[in-house]
Amino acid sequence: MDLSQIVFYLFAGVAVASSLLMVTRKNPVYAALYLVVALFSVAGLFVLLDAHFVAALQVLIYAGAILVLFLFVIMLLNLGHTLEPDIRGRFWWPFAAGLGLVLLAELVAVTRGTPERPGEDLLTPLLQTKGAVATVAEPLFQSYVVALEVTGVLLLVAMVGAVVIAKRKA
Amino acid sequence: MVGLPVLDSMLALVQEATTHEQVYVPFFPSWMILLPFIGFVVNGAVGYLAPERRRLVSVVGPGVLGLSFLVAAVNLVLLMGVHDAEPVIRSYWTWMEVGQLRIEAALQLDQLSVIMALVVSCVSFIIHIYSVGYMGEDPGYARYFSFLNLFVFFMLVLVLAANFALMFVGWEGVGLCSYLLIGFWFTEPAKADAGQKAFIVNRIGDFGFLVAMFALFAYLGTLDFQAVFAIAPRAFEYGGAAITLITLFLFLGCTGKSAQIPLYVWLPDAMHGPTPVSALIHAATMVTAGVYLVARTGVLFALAPLSMSVVAVVGAVTALFAATIAVQQFDIKRVIAYSTISQIGYMFLAVGVGAYTAGIFHLATHAFFKALLFLASGAVIHAMHHALEHVGEEAGEDVTQDMRNMGGLVSYLPTSFRTAWIGALALAGIFPLAGFFSKDEIIWSAGARGQSVLWVVALLTALLTAGYITRWLVMVFHGASRIGEGARRHLHAAPTVMLAALVLLAVGSVASGWVNVPEALPLLPEFTWLHHFLHPSFAAAEHVLVEHVGEPAQLAPLGGGEGTWAVLSTTAALLVVIFTFMALRKKKYAPAREAAEPAGFWRPLYRKWYVDELYELVIVRPFKALCRFSWRVIDQGLIDGALVDGVAYTTRFGGWVVSRFQTGYVGTYVLIIVLGVLIILGALAL
Amino acid sequence: MFTESLMLSAVLFAIGVAGVLLRRNAIVMFMCIELMLNAVNLFLVAVSKYAGIEGQIFVMFVMTVAAAEAAVGLAIIISIYRHYESVDVRNFRLLRW
Repeated sequence: MDLSQIVFYLFAGVAVASSLLMVTRKNPVYAALYLVVALFSVAGLFVLLDAHFVAALQVLIYAGAILVLFLFVIMLLNLGHTLEPDIRGRFWWPFAAGLGLVLLAELVAVTRGTPERPGEDLLTPLLQTKGAVATVAEPLFQSYVVALEVTGVLLLVAMVGAVVIAKRKA
Repeated sequence: MVGLPVLDSMLALVQEATTHEQVYVPFFPSWMILLPFIGFVVNGAVGYLAPERRRLVSVVGPGVLGLSFLVAAVNLVLLMGVHDAEPVIRSYWTWMEVGQLRIEAALQLDQLSVIMALVVSCVSFIIHIYSVGYMGEDPGYARYFSFLNLFVFFMLVLVLAANFALMFVGWEGVGLCSYLLIGFWFTEPAKADAGQKAFIVNRIGDFGFLVAMFALFAYLGTLDFQAVFAIAPRAFEYGGAAITLITLFLFLGCTGKSAQIPLYVWLPDAMHGPTPVSALIHAATMVTAGVYLVARTGVLFALAPLSMSVVAVVGAVTALFAATIAVQQFDIKRVIAYSTISQIGYMFLAVGVGAYTAGIFHLATHAFFKALLFLASGAVIHAMHHALEHVGEEAGEDVTQDMRNMGGLVSYLPTSFRTAWIGALALAGIFPLAGFFSKDEIIWSAGARGQSVLWVVALLTALLTAGYITRWLVMVFHGASRIGEGARRHLHAAPTVMLAALVLLAVGSVASGWVNVPEALPLLPEFTWLHHFLHPSFAAAEHVLVEHVGEPAQLAPLGGGEGTWAVLSTTAALLVVIFTFMALRKKKYAPAREAAEPAGFWRPLYRKWYVDELYELVIVRPFKALCRFSWRVIDQGLIDGALVDGVAYTTRFGGWVVSRFQTGYVGTYVLIIVLGVLIILGALAL
Repeated sequence: MFTESLMLSAVLFAIGVAGVLLRRNAIVMFMCIELMLNAVNLFLVAVSKYAGIEGQIFVMFVMTVAAAEAAVGLAIIISIYRHYESVDVRNFRLLRW
């Protein structure tokens, strides 16, 4: 078991643990902070999986931007002080856990269908010749340039929409 | 007038054709058909746009038919000038072409069709003239003439068509016009019902025609008359099942259209229409279309001896059966209606034994004298109606047409009286009127071809005919008047146009018999013109008959030649006429209102052998029950209830059930989505 | 490491689903959804090592859409809060028959 695997299991353990904590903490601020931890762990996993650029984006966008947005909203609505639990009753605990486990079993069963190693490593030679950024940037700005532009428009529309919805007085 | 330049060109053409005398070149044949159609369009337009312009209608309605008659006459003259002319096909356009099927809008001009066209246009012309007087005060004057013109158009299409499909167009068209004209006064339910009865009964027959047509196409691959008649003798085995069935289906069509047993029941009810309509459609032309069809398809029938026998037997039985009913009817038109059925039975007897010329001959003479009888009745009804209406008495159809309310009209309606006598004697077959020649030839043909039973039936029917028509005359015109004192003074003769039509038809009833005087009659010159003229049209059929059945005999079943029996039968008919006249002249009839139903032997005759009741019981009631069942149980219960409403209720119930899942809680939706994902993934995983 | 990544992504996704079922706070439900998206991202990244760079490209698009969704979704939550003074999903159930 080499170092990278140890690190992988470490990150994986942290990700699962913090996700579980996120789901089960009563206070939404704690939940948000545990989600940040989970997302950071996943970013670490991305690095281990040779997706350096995506890992950077994960930290920047998710951990940085989106989670800050969440925390802002929580604070804006002053939800941190509500001690009234937002978790469902006793009956729901085993129910939700059971459904989650069934889903997990099914997902595992479906992924089992994929071969152990589906082929040769395509990514490593690319990374060695072009570097982390160019590997992603080239197809993104060549083959998928239209999709990229459309996504940009989508973001713009979402931003305008968010402003309009949040600003309107009820 | 328009006629003069047209007449000149016609004469020129006639001279040209008769001098060359090689081939028959038809003279504007399509105009025979187009002219009545133009009349229909014009009169229909007038009826819609300006119903008050009666004078225009009075000119156009009969006028187009006069011209049509002239065209037909010129064609006849041209055709007479050519010995044994071949049929001429005039094709105008291709009506339809699908795969092997190719139907042309084509007319066939040969001896048979031209003679028929002449008879049809001539009689219709006269009846149109009569209608100008008879329908003069009717609010639907233009509509009436447009229908009548349309009828003649379809009748001529039927007669002149060169293939079965086009003939069927005419066949259906005359049925349509018959329906329209029987129900002309459609605001009275009885008349509208009579129209529907005629139409529905005719549909049964039309089904037979259609099946026969389909079968012919399936076997021969063509519907053109010339082609069918040329191929048929080789394509069909003599007396085989195929040709027998085809001809029987054709004959089913004939029994519907020509009111023969078992489909005759519509014709007496058709008398609800205006009287000229009864004369034109239900006596002279449309109802004889069946006879024309059998004569036209003579080759096919000749190949099927069984069908020939069926035609002859049905014809003879119908003739006798209808004649017995006519004996005890009191409605002035119904007597003649049953007489028509009986006379058409004669025609079928003729074509059924293979005497095609005799059948067509009787068709032509009958067209004249039966139209005459109808129009004379029309004049009587007209007078009765006006007289009763004038004194404010009830003038409904059942009063004005009941002969028990008439009597002694001789002094009030002299012209009608004289012409009616001519028509009646012609019908009775008294020498030298038309009916004598044609009916005698039919009776003789039946005897000469060895059908001794049918021959006896035909002779008996001839005597019955003489009897019932004399009774009709006596009840209407002779004896004491049974009309009220007040109304009697207002009886007046019909308008001149009507009387003119009567006289024209009377002339036809006298003269039309002389075109075919058999050689066997003593003291008369032989003049079998019609026989020779029509010979080319029937040569093929007669050839088949001679080949398989043999030549007709020269002796009647009881011995004696044609001449002997002709003299015997006319003498017997004359005796019957005289005896009936003497017996009934002094008889007292109670007016219809007070009259009791005839008793004893006469009752079944009066009740028309209970056939209507029988049909009611056997066909109409079960059918109505079936319809009620279909309506109540199948339609309302099953289709409306179970299917239509059922679908709606199921959908609504299903919607209600599913809508319970839509709680509005996000949690429920998430749960349902997750469950759905689980199911899909489960299906993938397994 | 490949198979383990796939398994981990399945685990994270299942936790996210369980969280959505368990919580009533709209914001926390939203965070669970983000976790599910991340699980899918992990899956795509893991696969991209052997299936080509398109997996990572796709992850970027998912992230963009997630960002847009977070912006609009949180705006909606603010709007709801203004109306109901609550972000408990039990309180709003107008979206029904």
